[in-house]
Amino acid sequence: MSTQTQLTPTGTGRPAAAAVEVTDLVKRYPKAKVNAVDGISFAVAPGEVFGLLGPNGAGKTTTIGVLTTRVRKTSGYAAVTGIDVAGDPVGARSVIGVVPQRPNLDRSLDAKGNLVWHAAYHGVPRARRGPLADELLERMGLTDKAHTNPDELSGGQAQRLIIARGLMHGPRVLFLDEPSTGLDPQARLFVHDRVAELAANGVTIVLTTHDMDEAAKLSDRVGIVDHGELLKLDTPANLVAGLSGSATVDLDVTGLDPEHLRGRLSAVRGTAGAEVLAIPDDGPARLRIRVDGEAGAALPGLLEEVTTAGGHVSDVGLGEPTLEDVFIDLTGRGLR
Amino acid sequence: MTAVTTTEPFRRVSPGRAFLGVLGRDVAVTGKELGSFISQVLVQPFFLLFVFGKVLSELGYIAPGYAQLLLPGLLALNAFLVAVQAVALPLVIDFSYTKEIEDRLLAPLSTRMVAVEKIVFGAIRGLIGSLVMIPVGYLVLDEVSWNLAGLPLSALLLVLGALAGGASGLVIGTLVSPRRINIVFAVVITPLLFTGSTQFPFLQIGSLRWFQVICALNPITYVAEGLRGALTPQIPHLPAWLCLAALVFACVLFGAIGIRGFVRRALD
Repeated sequence: MSTQTQLTPTGTGRPAAAAVEVTDLVKRYPKAKVNAVDGISFAVAPGEVFGLLGPNGAGKTTTIGVLTTRVRKTSGYAAVTGIDVAGDPVGARSVIGVVPQRPNLDRSLDAKGNLVWHAAYHGVPRARRGPLADELLERMGLTDKAHTNPDELSGGQAQRLIIARGLMHGPRVLFLDEPSTGLDPQARLFVHDRVAELAANGVTIVLTTHDMDEAAKLSDRVGIVDHGELLKLDTPANLVAGLSGSATVDLDVTGLDPEHLRGRLSAVRGTAGAEVLAIPDDGPARLRIRVDGEAGAALPGLLEEVTTAGGHVSDVGLGEPTLEDVFIDLTGRGLR
Repeated sequence: MTAVTTTEPFRRVSPGRAFLGVLGRDVAVTGKELGSFISQVLVQPFFLLFVFGKVLSELGYIAPGYAQLLLPGLLALNAFLVAVQAVALPLVIDFSYTKEIEDRLLAPLSTRMVAVEKIVFGAIRGLIGSLVMIPVGYLVLDEVSWNLAGLPLSALLLVLGALAGGASGLVIGTLVSPRRINIVFAVVITPLLFTGSTQFPFLQIGSLRWFQVICALNPITYVAEGLRGALTPQIPHLPAWLCLAALVFACVLFGAIGIRGFVRRALD
């Protein structure tokens, strides 16, 4: 019998291993022309909430798939709590909890059965399974749904049950893939609160989202991903602070070529940058202009420029730069 | 190991426990629907037994001893086919639509062992499906006399037959797309039903050589023939060693193909 040597220090007094470590990770699906994940690297500290933000198809779910042992990497390195997921997938599975993008509850079992049997798969002692399930059902506000079939749960309830299931075996790292996609606003908030609560209890969380508000609200640090590459990685505040311009002005404009107008607006004094957010087939094009100083002060100059160019402004919106602006700045297009 | 951590200690779950957890779930789900499972399993063989073993022999169209020959065949048939169906259909649906199996694929257990669990579970259902035929046979048929000394060998044959069935179910369940599963079942199950030497002794169909060759390719033949050798040795039958060897071969062959298919479907 050969025993595997664990190289990562787990003893006290030494720096703890990163909860998640990804180095030059590449995944190319068979027959695909491009890499789904193209050389991503990042590390997540124990207890951190880490968000991967990017549009659909950016490679977020594939990255999570590799880390949760369901997708085989093409090259690079991926580890959870120091365990190489490719070399020791069984070991990795016992330290991770997974909340997938699509509900996959076991419909042959009721809500509590899903939790209890999940614990059984993970070797939780029989006597602890029931009380643990009751406790988690209560925390997720599902006590009265214990004997309900997953088919009869609402989207929000099902999502909470899946989170509870992922926690049944006391994982070190919880992966949440698009945790609130498809939920109504109230259910979304409830899920957000539960995630924040877990984070407060010291669970390391890696989540993916294409929703900038969710990423900014929940994450300690955000990695912005597009086309399989990690474009930028920092705290939400630093990412936004790194943008030139301190305010944004959105203009809905008709009667002009949006790209032409973008060029003209970029040249206006006090403008830090301008992007075309949307060009609908019918109706006005929307442009976002980042400005230095206050948005209101910059507005007259921008409106005048549109009028001079022969365009017509139908709506104006003032705001502060968000993660979406960071994404637009990096990729030249919106998240959606 | 002296792993000391600030949080709770990392406990490596033994694969055996994880395996039993996954198997326990399948057994518990079967237990909950035992009534419908048993009736599902019994209806077809019951009518085969009743019409061929009872009605036709009472009318004189079939020789009186035929029931003796038929009952072991039906035990063999159920062991294999119930196992095939227990594995194949749920897997096709799981992998293609519901993804319900994902939580078990994330158990601290190698993906191969999850596939093996499916085979074992299918075999358990096949064995139950086969054993419940015994009391039914005794009730429906007038004369069933078995050589009781052959029971241990019979048990071994049924276990192997059920495992071969589970492995075949894994092959079908991982290779066939959901759109085709109905046609595959229709085209595969019915021929298996009639080429497994369940309704006739293999050695006596030598005059239909081509048919005999086809029957020789059906694993059920070796379960049925082996059971006849053990329980009703007066009926001409294939030697026990040949039956056992053929079944082990079927288990290994279909098991290997099925597990490969399973891993391919489970991991991207």
